[in-house]
Amino acid sequence: MDLFSKLLKREASLSKNVAKERLRLVLVHDRTTISPQLLENLKEDLIKVISNYMEIDSGETEVTLNSDDNSVALSASIPVIKINRLSSR
Amino acid sequence: MGEVIVITSGKGGVGKTTTTANIGTALASMDKKVVLLDTDIGLRNLDVVMGLENRIVYDLVDVTHGNCRLKQALIRDKRFDHLALLPAAQTKDKTAVNTEQMFKLCQQLKEDYDYVLVDCPAGIEQGFKNAIAGADKALVVTTPEIAAVRDADRIIGLLEAAELPSPKLIINRIRPDMVKTGDMMDINDMIDILAIELAGVVPEDQTIVISTNKGEPAVLDVNSKAGQAYRNIAKRIMGEDIPLMSFEVDETIFSKFKKLMGFKS
Repeated sequence: MDLFSKLLKREASLSKNVAKERLRLVLVHDRTTISPQLLENLKEDLIKVISNYMEIDSGETEVTLNSDDNSVALSASIPVIKINRLSSR
Repeated sequence: MGEVIVITSGKGGVGKTTTTANIGTALASMDKKVVLLDTDIGLRNLDVVMGLENRIVYDLVDVTHGNCRLKQALIRDKRFDHLALLPAAQTKDKTAVNTEQMFKLCQQLKEDYDYVLVDCPAGIEQGFKNAIAGADKALVVTTPEIAAVRDADRIIGLLEAAELPSPKLIINRIRPDMVKTGDMMDINDMIDILAIELAGVVPEDQTIVISTNKGEPAVLDVNSKAGQAYRNIAKRIMGEDIPLMSFEVDETIFSKFKKLMGFKS
């Protein structure tokens, strides 16, 4: 092992970096519960962007954050009404 | 018209009360009119940290329930005429006061004082809601530990939801020696994670224990490093541009090396 990779390995095992990584994960989960307003804003933006490409049923669109032990996933259920051929650049 | 600043943290034991006492005393030592408001009903401590526990006659709940006038409950500090404390009640529970009463009280105090510093209880329940009810600004205290930073993050979210945006961070009890060896998160780590502006950094310091034993805030001790850090924070609150103390910007050799190599740390 060369000096540089030794240094890299040491860096990763520093307890402060372990703390940072654990914090990062825990905060992803904590923050998912904080603001429904943010999710609503995101949904509106998504609808705006997608509407440039296809006609969707905005009333039936759902955006949710789902988390399990290791990850958090953003899922969107967006019913498509019509795809506009001309805008499919 | 003064300014109401709430000092909060989420987690207990990170130094909210010590911070309130020291910033308040520092502001008073710079000729500001300051009142300290202890909202930790049932677990009051700001009085002992300030060394004023023997002077208490009335408390916060007496004021909000109209048992006495506000002026009667305010305790004048031993050292500064223009520094006062409104102690929390010790024998009642947190529900004895509501957010409306707290808001009114803060408005009233603001008229006579330059700074109203509100010492918030730990937790995110009624006591927290009361403490932030009348606040114009918020200071979030944390220590370089996972549990404290996590709770600080939660508190920042709640402050934003309560329309108390852009709170500032105080990192308390940092140990430059451990930061140097990579065994304690450094300032940048915490600022990155919490995405919040820094109000100041206070080193772990024995003089805090000694000054608390005596009931004399550390800012009065010119040799106390923590005291110096608190004086700096007070000056920043007053709008002065004070650079961080040298220990506050310690970096590990490796992070300097990485920066030199063009890596982002």
